[in-house]
Amino acid sequence: MTGSSGIRWSRVVTVAKTDLKQLIQAKDFWAPMIFLGGFFFVIIPGVLLLTVTQIGSVEVVSQVSDTLAVLPDSAQAQIEGQSPQGQTGYALAVFLFAPMAIVVPLTISTAVGASTIVGERERGTGEFLAHCPASTTEIYLGKLGASVLPGYCTVLVGFGLYSLLVNVLVGPDVGGWFFPTAQWWIMIGWVLPPFLVLCLSIVLRLSARVSSTAAAQQASGLVSLPLIGIAYSQATGSLFGAGYLPWIIGFLAWIIALLSLTRGVRSVTRSRLLGV
Amino acid sequence: MSDYATINLQTVSLSFGQIQAIDNLDLVAPPGEITVLLGPNGAGKTTAIRLITGALTPTSGTVNVLGRDPSGPGGELIRASCGVVSAKPSLYDRLSGYDNLLYAAELYGLAKMTSVEQKIRTCAARFGISEALDQRVGGYSTGMKTRLALARSILHDPQLLLLDEPTSGLDPESAQAVLELIRTMTQSGQTVLMCTHLLSEAEGLADEIIMIEAGTSLISGKPQQIADRYWPDTEVTFTATVGDRLDVLANTVGVKEYARSDDTAVVKVTDAAVIPDLVTLVVGAGAALTSVRPFEPSLEDLYFAIRREAGQSTKVSALPPVSTGQSVGVSS
Repeated sequence: MTGSSGIRWSRVVTVAKTDLKQLIQAKDFWAPMIFLGGFFFVIIPGVLLLTVTQIGSVEVVSQVSDTLAVLPDSAQAQIEGQSPQGQTGYALAVFLFAPMAIVVPLTISTAVGASTIVGERERGTGEFLAHCPASTTEIYLGKLGASVLPGYCTVLVGFGLYSLLVNVLVGPDVGGWFFPTAQWWIMIGWVLPPFLVLCLSIVLRLSARVSSTAAAQQASGLVSLPLIGIAYSQATGSLFGAGYLPWIIGFLAWIIALLSLTRGVRSVTRSRLLGV
Repeated sequence: MSDYATINLQTVSLSFGQIQAIDNLDLVAPPGEITVLLGPNGAGKTTAIRLITGALTPTSGTVNVLGRDPSGPGGELIRASCGVVSAKPSLYDRLSGYDNLLYAAELYGLAKMTSVEQKIRTCAARFGISEALDQRVGGYSTGMKTRLALARSILHDPQLLLLDEPTSGLDPESAQAVLELIRTMTQSGQTVLMCTHLLSEAEGLADEIIMIEAGTSLISGKPQQIADRYWPDTEVTFTATVGDRLDVLANTVGVKEYARSDDTAVVKVTDAAVIPDLVTLVVGAGAALTSVRPFEPSLEDLYFAIRREAGQSTKVSALPPVSTGQSVGVSS
């Protein structure tokens, strides 16, 4: 399983698999993360959409409808539904809550990624990796995979649940199953992955350089700003409903992510694993 | 010697910023033997191990391990041929003992073996941790962690074992057991380089000793050869009920120095073979001997003798080489 680049992918998989195995064992880590995902993907949207569509609170619907007026015309044109409840529910489902699909995996992935290399150093296990035959590229890629996967899996599972929820609650008011919309498929399948990889490649570089996990987590907060920007763009409708823009942004993100990866690989050195 | 040495470091230096961690270090470890790197804390022992595996690259000098430069393209092969036990066991606490060993097995390329599970269980059994293998390492005692780290280090049948303070934190009984296990490892032809600051550990275990301080090797060689250099004459202490009867030894052939205090006389002889003759002589003179004790310098005596000499010397490298013909001196 040695690629033309000299990378043994079996080792990459081993590093990623072992990191994930440790993550699964760390209930104190994933239990709050599950709560976070559940809260933003299910509880908040569920309560608000129920209030709007099922309970039919006139006051809430009116307030949200007024807010929707700030959306760009292109976004407003996409809003489906005949009744105010339906339109409000649709807008909430597509523009307001769905951006959590970016924020939640980002939170999870950066939390994992920030500690991945500096954590090895803090626990003293970096010594084992520094002396092992795996190359630093293999270690870097394995750790990147182990950071991306939990976040992206959360997206898939959370978004699946979220889709089910909004379709059940809002669908009847807008003429059936409507979510994910075409734009959201692009977002999840094309735009989000490179941004996640880009963010984590930077987070891992930080993790290799800083002296403590706490410092890595502080620094990775800055890195996540572009993704939060994407989330806001989506929430205000300025990104989606804008023709080919998401495709272009995704394409550029992939290029930058790949460039960042090649630089990130160099940040992991054996001496950094040792902390010297 | 260095032509076939498993490890050969020549005038290696390494600095971290202003700190000179290794300073013109010469280190040779012959194959199939236990070489003990002896030195106080902060002497550079751990850094030397890191240079040997290529985890660190020297600022200057040459590092040759198993015929290759570990910092070069052959580094992967060298690391695959080394088993390392760090001063801290460097284990993943959240994983079970089995998973820790499996991780190492996969990274060292044993995963393709159909018998990898059997190999793991055999190694664990060798170090007496079979029962705990499925438990999380976080719950292990220090001794168990050390045993697991040792099991991990030999899992891939390495040619070279690098052990950094392997008994650190262990109770005397466990430490003894670990040393015994290390001794058995060389029986299968493996080369062992062990770092320690404990003289008692090196005693009886070392085939070769390299003493380092401040990143520089003070001396190297077989313990007996080094001892011969510092104590070229055999020293014998005679104790008798009537001390003055021992004075017969003073002008005897073979006796180089004689000094008596009450009933105890310390005699330096050029050859230990004359000791039985001296005993006969003293007994013949009517002395009732209560003890005859040849002085056998311990590693501790040796250590302090070397450090005394090094302290007197402005340049440690000015120490004369070990004189015995079969020495494993630092120069090639």
